[in-house]
Amino acid sequence: MVQTEAFVMLSAVLFILGAMGVLLRRNAILLFMSVELMLNAANLALVAFAKQWNQAEGHLFVFFVMAVAAAEVAIGLALIVAIFRTKQSINIDEMHKMEG
Amino acid sequence: MFEVPSIADLNLGLTLPALTLALGACLLLLVDVVFIPHDKKIRTAWLALMGIGASFTINLFTFNQSGTAFLGMFVADKFTGVMNAIILATAFISILLSVDYIKRAGIERGEFYALILFSVSGMMFMASANDLVAIFVSLELLSIPLYVLAAFRVPEVKSEESGLKYFILGAFSSAFFVYGAALIFGATGTTSLPDIFTAVQSIVADGGSSAFLLLIGTGLILVGLGFKVAVVPFHMWTPDVYEGAPTPVTAFMSVGAKAGGFAALLRLVLVALPTFVITAGDSTAAWQQVFWLVAAATLIVGNLVAVSQTNIKRLLAYSSIAHAGYIMMAVAAAGTAGIGDAAAQAALLYLAAYMFTNLGAFGVAQSIEKDDGSGTDLNDFIGLAKSRPGLAAMMAIFMLSLTGIPLTGGFIGKWFVFKTAIDAGLMPLAIIGVLTSVVSAFYYVRVIVNMYLRDGEGDPAAGATRAVNLAVYIALVGTLVIGILPMLATNITDAITLASAVAR
Repeated sequence: MVQTEAFVMLSAVLFILGAMGVLLRRNAILLFMSVELMLNAANLALVAFAKQWNQAEGHLFVFFVMAVAAAEVAIGLALIVAIFRTKQSINIDEMHKMEG
Repeated sequence: MFEVPSIADLNLGLTLPALTLALGACLLLLVDVVFIPHDKKIRTAWLALMGIGASFTINLFTFNQSGTAFLGMFVADKFTGVMNAIILATAFISILLSVDYIKRAGIERGEFYALILFSVSGMMFMASANDLVAIFVSLELLSIPLYVLAAFRVPEVKSEESGLKYFILGAFSSAFFVYGAALIFGATGTTSLPDIFTAVQSIVADGGSSAFLLLIGTGLILVGLGFKVAVVPFHMWTPDVYEGAPTPVTAFMSVGAKAGGFAALLRLVLVALPTFVITAGDSTAAWQQVFWLVAAATLIVGNLVAVSQTNIKRLLAYSSIAHAGYIMMAVAAAGTAGIGDAAAQAALLYLAAYMFTNLGAFGVAQSIEKDDGSGTDLNDFIGLAKSRPGLAAMMAIFMLSLTGIPLTGGFIGKWFVFKTAIDAGLMPLAIIGVLTSVVSAFYYVRVIVNMYLRDGEGDPAAGATRAVNLAVYIALVGTLVIGILPMLATNITDAITLASAVAR
């Protein structure tokens, strides 16, 4: 049987990869995928801990995270489409209408 | 594994204020589409205001009740009651500010009000969430409508950018929140706040590696909620988002999102983690050090950067960061044993005063804003005392209240926050607070100087319609009542007990 620690280490690695993706990537869609990676890393940790503690709360949390992530996708893609229509670009480096 | 709960177990009576609003928002969305014609969207606004009024009335009735609902996920107590009142007042004033603004900005669409109501119900659920899952879901219910509202002025590029920036950083921060919650769940084996409190006792006694997980988890949750309430170093999005969003939306989120975020943060640290110490026997919680550093950094950065701003919306954005620092000061003070309840009361008083004052300031700012969203420069205030003396006088009072001058609400808020910080033994933080308040006087008074002492034509303030005026009057009365008769507010918050008490 795989130890809980192994799952948690993997989830930490995924989470850090996701966070680095958000900080280093410049394309809004890729940023968005990195955020999803972070959320799923958290899901992995939740499931691993839920198994370790034999508590269903962790599994339950995962379902809520998934549902909310789906809602976020809907809003996020709509915003990206809207901004692409006006600017013909979704590079976040070009979003500097406001400075100061 | 689970027993199937009956309806009676859910204890719905206690959740009615928030539930009414959530259901009302769904209903409003339908009614708006089916019954309300395009040119009569003002009716949707009235319906939304009625929904808020209904929820407020129910909140008055459930004010003194306490108990849990939804199988312990939801808790109703005095804290919830006061928080609900603050949040509903924010929504009421924000909708009054929006009615004419969205019409002259050409973005009058009915879903605007439904989105505000959804966000408000998220805030209210957040104020009574008693479980990490509930905090997460209500955090998202609060945020997702705000992303849309920030971008509501499509195809205006500024507004779209504002929405996308808010969205990406908001989603980023909620990922931090979920990961932190996962680690806390890993350390304690539960997501319910009171059960975490019980588990923390044994973790502290054992001194094992669980304490490490718990510490990282708490840190990540602070990052997640810190983004939402905009404390340094998680504040970078605030000025851009506040500048680009439609002004009433900025007013709404500068108060509402902070109220929700701080409610969850206070409940988390006071109900679940008040006795979390690294070495058994310490009198201050393990997280206090980090919280006070964040508070100090927020106060310094927020106030110093605000000095160089030339746009009123950006100025109020940095000022809102600074005010988050003052509330954070109270949250940090809650880490000292025995101070918890006083700190929660101070934070609530501060929020109440800040709510009225800030909404009022945004109300005046949007009065002189032009239809195309320009006219938000500080120079646009020049001569306002001649063209609109009443408006200028009210703006002066709001600015003085934000500075914290006696006889205004801001002073009372600051007084209680500084007092709890000193009681909690955080003297250096209190000194930083006083010094940065002095700095803040510089940029707030500059607005007053522009209005009264510099010669100019003066803006006709075409945006000061009846609804906006009404909102500003309500804000003015609130600011002055809290300032002159503080006992009215302190009496309400006096009985708040949030902290899980245990002998250390």
